[in-house]
Amino acid sequence: MPAAISRGRVSASAVAAVFAAGAALFLAVESQRGMLALLLAAGALVVAIRRLKGLRPFLQAASEHEETGALAGVAFTLLLCVLFRDDHFTVFLIGRVLLATLACLGLHLQFGSAGVANFAGAAFFGVGGYTAAILSAHSPIPHIVAVALGGAVSSLIGSLLLLPLLRTRGHYAALITIAFGLLFRTFAEVNDSLGGPQGLKLQGFQLFGWQFNEELAIGPFHGSFYINYVIAAVALLAIAFALVRGLDRSWLGLALDAVRLDETAAAAFGLEIARWKIVAFTLGNFLIGTAGALSAFMVGFIAPNNFTFAESLTFVSIVLLGGIGNAWGVALAAFIVVVLPEKLQILQEYRFLLFAALVIVVLRYRPQGLVPRPLRRYFRGLA
Amino acid sequence: MSASPTLLSCRDLSRRFGGLLAIDRLSFDVAEGEILGLIGPNGSGKTTFFNVLTGIYPASGGSVEFAGARVTGLRPQQIYRVGISRTFQRSRLCLPLSVFDNIMVGNHSRLDHGPWLNLFHRAGLRRQVSENFAEARELIQVFNRSLADRMLEAVGGISLIDRRRIEICRAMISRPRLLLLDEPSAGMTREETSRLMDDILEVKRRFGRLTIVLIEHEMSVIERCTDRCVVLDYGKKLCEGTYAQVAQNPLVRQAYLGIS
Repeated sequence: MPAAISRGRVSASAVAAVFAAGAALFLAVESQRGMLALLLAAGALVVAIRRLKGLRPFLQAASEHEETGALAGVAFTLLLCVLFRDDHFTVFLIGRVLLATLACLGLHLQFGSAGVANFAGAAFFGVGGYTAAILSAHSPIPHIVAVALGGAVSSLIGSLLLLPLLRTRGHYAALITIAFGLLFRTFAEVNDSLGGPQGLKLQGFQLFGWQFNEELAIGPFHGSFYINYVIAAVALLAIAFALVRGLDRSWLGLALDAVRLDETAAAAFGLEIARWKIVAFTLGNFLIGTAGALSAFMVGFIAPNNFTFAESLTFVSIVLLGGIGNAWGVALAAFIVVVLPEKLQILQEYRFLLFAALVIVVLRYRPQGLVPRPLRRYFRGLA
Repeated sequence: MSASPTLLSCRDLSRRFGGLLAIDRLSFDVAEGEILGLIGPNGSGKTTFFNVLTGIYPASGGSVEFAGARVTGLRPQQIYRVGISRTFQRSRLCLPLSVFDNIMVGNHSRLDHGPWLNLFHRAGLRRQVSENFAEARELIQVFNRSLADRMLEAVGGISLIDRRRIEICRAMISRPRLLLLDEPSAGMTREETSRLMDDILEVKRRFGRLTIVLIEHEMSVIERCTDRCVVLDYGKKLCEGTYAQVAQNPLVRQAYLGIS
């Protein structure tokens, strides 16, 4: 059915285009009035999409061509960079959205798939960042390896938490992670080799002679040096996304779901509960740590205050807002949560209040999140 | 007694909850290929027996041998792997997952969970998914033809009776040697129960040497389907024998009807 396939691909690309256009508008608008108008328009659009039944088959076709949507997403992200090439702040925001998405894909595995609570997302993000900072300052290790090691050290430190985590459930497991998050921040603050409260500076990221902190110049094209980081973030995110979605749509994702939904039944059918929780927690922390490491290079500086409990809650709320168990929802929510507070300067200190209210509203009226968890479709056309 | 070899044998099996002996020195055998009815009033220890047998609760005393090997003290995962599978009295399906996914949870031991196949070798995974899909579909068709066309729908949207069928399919997909059915007819009408049992017998006929232990309150089902019955009361075995023998036993009549 070549006609149906191409229709699905077109639909998927169109959905990506709509989101990219929306993102461009949100990033471009400076005035507070424009921002409010944009928010109202976005709300109206969401309602319209839910009302218009004619869109259903179109969206269905799009959802069956995720790979096309993802490719279009990459293309549009790079296009956004071209569009805002001279605007350091906007390109930097795009990079932050991408890295928040990468970190939250880790939470998606832990929280959304296996049901392992992690309220120390910022701490694992920080572990990755500090690892990268120390390795790049004191060793000749290539920066790309330092980023990967940031993920690995994050997994390793996470494994210290495994023993208590596997022996507790629900709120108690959540409390353990909260305690770890607080411990980490205090540790970073009092430890002089980690720079204490002042933190550490990082040199610019280098990849085979490609200096990320120099203005990007490809032929006649010139752009903010942050575009380098966006390209690296897009590459990491694409790999992570393919990994996570592949896992979601395989026997592994099914095993994690079974563990999350009913441990007793899962055990009665031979699933090793501890093993699957370890897989999800370790892999999740790896993604969070990797994101933290690249983020440290991009920001050029890390300090304990970047890894507070509030930051951990921000990660959790991205997953809640996007829809627990939906990787695409995570990407959408990361954009909203990272960009909106920066753009709503009118509210100043209160903008985080608005954001907290948003999470409460979502939990009350749409607990499944903006984009609900889809039923598992292992392959297109399986029936 | 049948000439088949013994598949399951319990000796003095006990389970204590604080001061309560929920199962009290229970001893009986189940022959390979038979359907054994486990009956008794509410609270007589039937479900507890299943939970001890499948390792959810450790036994307080006594032993269980399955196919000649001791299984007391094993964890639920290990007991499933030796070939004992079960349904639960109160449905324990994963409601947000599809019918197919739920059945595949029961097939865990036969699926390949290697990272290579699952993450990188999508063509190989696709083949394995398709094979399992066909197998699950074939199994569920025995129970309900229309359900076979709803394999990719969420279980949460499926009627309670069909959910029971799915639960039984989940327990059977891994081809267990011993199937434990905990009140499969709960909440069903007499006709539905009778159809469900026909379906189970049909699957047993196709599978060959499947052994079933059935907890059931509907005596017509016990009478029609089981080869033998074990009657429990207050955790003790009251008697065992064919339904006709058991139904005549004055102790059983007393336990059930309270006639002294």
